[in-house]
Amino acid sequence: MTALGAAARVSGNRRYLAAGVFTALGVIDIVVFGVHAQPGDAVFALSLPGNGVQIPSIHVAAAPACYLLGAISIGVGVLRAVAEPGRRGRRLTIAVAVLCFLLALLCWADAANSVGSVNLIDLLQGSVIAAIPLVLGALSGLMCERSGVINIAIEGQLITGAFAAAAISSAVASLWLGLVAGAVTGGLVGALLAVFAIKYRADQIIIGVVINVLAIGMTNYLYDRVMSPYGNIWNTGAFFTPIKVPLLSKIPIIGPILFDANLFLYITYALIILIQVGLFQTRWGLRVRAIGEHPTAADTVGIKVLWNRYRNVILGGMVAGIGGAFLTIGNVGFFSPGMSSGFGYIGLAAMIFGGWRPLGAVAAALLFGFARQLEDVLGLLSVPVPSQVLAMVPYVATIVAVAGLVGRVRPPAADGKPYVKA
Amino acid sequence: MTDRPVTTTTEPPREPPARRTSDVLIKAVTTGSPPVTTALAILLALVVGGVLIVATDPVVLRAWGSFGYAPGSAFSATWNSVAAAYSALFEGSIFSPATIGHAFQGGSVAAIFYPLSLTLFEATPLILTGLAVSVAFRAGLFNIGGTGQFIGGAIVAAWLGFGVSLPPVIHPIVCIIGALVGGGAVGWVVGELKARTGAHEVIVTIMLNYVMIYLLYYLLSTPKALQQPHQSNQIAAPVASDAVLPHVGGPPPQASLGFLLALAAAVGVAWLFSRSTTGFEFRTVGANPSAARSAGMKVERVWVLVMVLAGALAGAAAATVILSGGSPPPPLAESTYGTYGFDGITVALLGRSRPLGVVLAGLLFGALNAGGTQMAVATPVPADIVQVLEGLIVLFVAAPPLIRAFFRLRPGADADLDTGGRGWSG
Repeated sequence: MTALGAAARVSGNRRYLAAGVFTALGVIDIVVFGVHAQPGDAVFALSLPGNGVQIPSIHVAAAPACYLLGAISIGVGVLRAVAEPGRRGRRLTIAVAVLCFLLALLCWADAANSVGSVNLIDLLQGSVIAAIPLVLGALSGLMCERSGVINIAIEGQLITGAFAAAAISSAVASLWLGLVAGAVTGGLVGALLAVFAIKYRADQIIIGVVINVLAIGMTNYLYDRVMSPYGNIWNTGAFFTPIKVPLLSKIPIIGPILFDANLFLYITYALIILIQVGLFQTRWGLRVRAIGEHPTAADTVGIKVLWNRYRNVILGGMVAGIGGAFLTIGNVGFFSPGMSSGFGYIGLAAMIFGGWRPLGAVAAALLFGFARQLEDVLGLLSVPVPSQVLAMVPYVATIVAVAGLVGRVRPPAADGKPYVKA
Repeated sequence: MTDRPVTTTTEPPREPPARRTSDVLIKAVTTGSPPVTTALAILLALVVGGVLIVATDPVVLRAWGSFGYAPGSAFSATWNSVAAAYSALFEGSIFSPATIGHAFQGGSVAAIFYPLSLTLFEATPLILTGLAVSVAFRAGLFNIGGTGQFIGGAIVAAWLGFGVSLPPVIHPIVCIIGALVGGGAVGWVVGELKARTGAHEVIVTIMLNYVMIYLLYYLLSTPKALQQPHQSNQIAAPVASDAVLPHVGGPPPQASLGFLLALAAAVGVAWLFSRSTTGFEFRTVGANPSAARSAGMKVERVWVLVMVLAGALAGAAAATVILSGGSPPPPLAESTYGTYGFDGITVALLGRSRPLGVVLAGLLFGALNAGGTQMAVATPVPADIVQVLEGLIVLFVAAPPLIRAFFRLRPGADADLDTGGRGWSG
């Protein structure tokens, strides 16, 4: 896409850009949060009321904590400019600077607030749950794109999955069948994408966007015409209840965050592991990556490129369909029109942000989930910053990250290019 | 979707030119030339939409339930259901036969043209956002940021519309220029980031959409910014009456000068791409950035320019929405941006990214939107069916081989050249 000269210039820029951003974050930690913090302690609760083991809340003096966090951030920035850390080191510096910023923000917000305190467990538990549809959407995109088919239709797969799960689980009064229906419907949307992208070789980005328009229109229409007038049949609002994992959920702090949610969280864990291991450790994964990078070579050694792509796109659609089912039967129960509200596009961004790798995508999705949850928590805390401005932060952060910090991520070489057998 | 570079394509072997007009026509139909496949795609979409309308109509379903006793009524119920929906769609967007009768009996003659006026009104912003997507497309960029750019234009246009007082003719012009700048600035961010850091425009535009939506919410709830004084709702003050674009008669909303603005923009874009050096550079970068760079073109500069232009066009769409649609027009609110940005993508796709195509596609979608409103009023079919029809049309248009296979047309000599994706790095 870009000549080598430009790439080298960008890489040189990035070293100082990243350092500058970290330092700027550190200065904000100190000047905005530290200086403006109310005197007194920030209190963070570390256990939920119902937990078996109650851990005492943490009290931190807000202003000094912000100064310290800011100093750490500036230190990381200087380190980034002076030393040239490796790939892992670069990621670590990003994580440290972002974490310092968020902690300083929380200290400041909590100290400003006389009533109540931030419950960190609640915040993180909510983040993990908010990340579920984003993770599943990102994994869906990844399944398709690693095999060489761009999947912009994640949004459409989510909304149809959500609709089908709500409708079927209501109609037959079985949540499990609703889950299956969500997955199957997502798979069908994936099959539609696959047919147009692979058989008719249409532009995949175009097809993805069009499928989204179609899926949202279709679910809106069916909601108005069928689901809403006959809500007692098609939209009863049942949902999966949380399951505490025996033993694991008893672990302080980690237990309630990671092991006290409904079925969908555990399905998500399973899919993350399955796809990460499958993609990099199995024959299936090797083939998928081969047809995504160099389909001609893969074809030469006897891998059925088109068949493998069909399978991957349909499986990817099913993963997103499960993510859609989460929105209804895993979360609020009822279907409402347009409820996927851009999650598919954020999942897509998380996938690209994570460099087309499952674990990277999960990390990015968690960041978005955390940001959403933080917006809600800070909204309750009556922070002297408009909630709309805070709501912008994750999206601005993504732009900054994509522009400067993560560096150029490389898509699979054959991503989006239809394969024609020579 | 994109032009192949003029200098590098090898011309496909042409069939001998047809001699008579009728031969040309027959050939166009049997081989499925773009206009023919588009028409067939619309037909097919209407058929599928009709099936959807029938399948969800309780009256029809009941009639089919008693098919054994009264087979005739099942068919007539089916026909009635589809016919009522589609004729309401037509009457809401093109013309309603009843208005002619009224005109003869002393009713308003202008009422005959009212549905058409609604169509033009709906089409105006769609044409402009469609152009915003299509200019980026032709330079190889995928602009999903129509929403953010639209909001950028809307904020500036609305503020200039009520915040400053200017003489009548100057005021709307200033508002439109402001909207171009507001939208262009949002587009510029995308182009500049891509040029300087290689940040992918798809992510940046998606993220900027959210940033702009929250910025709009913030400004609308801040009394010193856009919020109407003494108002707790998130709504801006209405624009001054002298800033409203002149419009043709009839009850609001009506087609306004904005439609001519959209046409002018289409002509301008057409000229830019087919006649100017800059446009040639845009197309070359779109077809092959490496080749463009080898030829000495500044690819990064082109990206920035194209995104500024795309943003300005989306901003212009916002100006037409803010400055027309009633007297005073509905003020800027949290829902004003609607789906204009994303509709622009479908309009651009249906119009094959050509200015004339975008105008026609915008008119078609404008007609569907206008008719959909009427259909929802006159029949039990919800207006959302229009979105389904629009999606189906573009889906079928995007895959000419499907249409040809369905209608059993012969493949044309060069009809398939434009299909085939180019991936993220196109």
